[in-house]
Amino acid sequence: MVDIPEHLLLRSAEARAKALGISVEQALSEMKGESTPTVVEEEPEVIEVELVTPPEAEVPAPVETPVVEEVKAEAPAPVETPVVEEVKAEAPAPVEVEAPAPTKAAAPAPAKADTPEEVEFAPEVKVTQRLLTVVKAKPIQKAASEPVDKVNTWPHLMLPEFISLMVMMAFLIILSAILQAPLLEEANPNITPNPAKAPWYFLGLQEALSYWDPQIAGVMIPLVIGLIGFAAIPYIDRNKENNPSKRKYAIMMYTFFLAGAGTLTIIGVLFRGPGWNWTYPWIDGIWFDDLLDWINFE
Amino acid sequence: MAKLTLKERFKKSTSGSGESAKAGKFATSIFRPGSPFRKGYTDSPRNRSYVVMNNVLYHLHPVKVKRHGVRLSYTLCLGGMSFFLFIVLTITGIWLMFYFRPTEMAYADIQALQTSVAFGSLVRNMHRWGAHLMVLVVFLHMSRVFYHGAYKAPREFNWVIGVILLFLTLFLSFTGYLLPWDQLAIWAVTVGGNMASYTPVFGAQIKFGLFAGLEATTATLLRFYVLHVLFFPFIIVIFMAIHFWRVRKDGGISGPL
Repeated sequence: MVDIPEHLLLRSAEARAKALGISVEQALSEMKGESTPTVVEEEPEVIEVELVTPPEAEVPAPVETPVVEEVKAEAPAPVETPVVEEVKAEAPAPVEVEAPAPTKAAAPAPAKADTPEEVEFAPEVKVTQRLLTVVKAKPIQKAASEPVDKVNTWPHLMLPEFISLMVMMAFLIILSAILQAPLLEEANPNITPNPAKAPWYFLGLQEALSYWDPQIAGVMIPLVIGLIGFAAIPYIDRNKENNPSKRKYAIMMYTFFLAGAGTLTIIGVLFRGPGWNWTYPWIDGIWFDDLLDWINFE
Repeated sequence: MAKLTLKERFKKSTSGSGESAKAGKFATSIFRPGSPFRKGYTDSPRNRSYVVMNNVLYHLHPVKVKRHGVRLSYTLCLGGMSFFLFIVLTITGIWLMFYFRPTEMAYADIQALQTSVAFGSLVRNMHRWGAHLMVLVVFLHMSRVFYHGAYKAPREFNWVIGVILLFLTLFLSFTGYLLPWDQLAIWAVTVGGNMASYTPVFGAQIKFGLFAGLEATTATLLRFYVLHVLFFPFIIVIFMAIHFWRVRKDGGISGPL
């Protein structure tokens, strides 16, 4: 049962009181089911108003019309007095009763009550009105997703974001104050350093190049696996679950990749010396100039 | 229940937010209606929304986010960190451009920057370590997204954009690697260029196009410089815009697990 707001009930009672010529308090108590409803003697014709599409749905068949939603169980109108039903959910103040124009168009007796002070709009029909239902404001379409638990971005997201941003900034400044970026001798195409190493994020590739044919290691791995393969992950993995325990295979594959790439990179950075021979960083030192000052840091 | 007109209700809801003219006419022209800078801030759901809505940077965010998404342990703030590092790199990079010529003078410029420019060494270090950090953070961000399964429908395409962003980050870092014009730079880039030359069919052409010649020269330096300071930043900003936009259009942060 919909809980009807007090002011709507009052407004409806006012309308009913005016229509039946009784007091507002009387109408109100009738609608609340506290007193017996006023019976109207004359037999009006039933005007059927469909709630959703008013103009088309006028069915003048007398009693049994299943279309109307009978929400108001109290205010039980006696059977012998069919009640003219009106959508009162948004009926205006009782002065302008002629306002529900679409419903009036459906009335069989086309009495045009153009004069505003004339309340009676169908002379032979004694109108009784009552509140059928209050239609709650809700979207026509049902939303596909359930409402989720949300918090305000400010401050719940922006504050942690700002703090981590400041922490990162502090970390970067301190790092840059202590560690000097490497600057070796001026570039000289005639002097090849041994070993010549790529930037660290390509050293895994460079390491792979020492095992396999360059066509495979230099092209297939970065292009086919790296770019195309990675971009295609969501189209290959059609498993809809995102719970880790239900996508063990995908997690395993990615972790293998991470471990492999990480191992190759670490070998390339730390364990490769002149001639790309195996060296131990704790015996032969590190042959990676980008990290020189990390190591010589005192 | 007292009946209120719309006007009265509006007055009631805004009272206590200090909408009495705090800001002068000039400030009013700067800040949008509803901005906390214009009418003061007291903590209320309405004002919390206004904070986000009335600032061009903040409104990258939605007004509300899923509760689990604000936990630091969920995202580790890695995506935001990538973006932040990009901004830091842009600012320090523009600053460095004042002292750098992509010619034979490049190496001398770097030396002068380190020895005779105020904060020159610090800013150069920030740019370099920040760049390494950004590669790392972008990669970690990708791993975080993978482990959360956040690339699944409807976010498939944003993952693709993300992979492109990762490669653009690598290209940005790689093109910047040559600019100090020291032995480390030229030989690292030579190694990288040789890797590209293993591309089947077009290998030699790709290397030639990259190096503006057969080997790394000052022509390569100019080429990498333009790629580094203009071309790739331009491209990456476009892809970042799509990336951020899609995050919201695809329903905000993924999960919870």
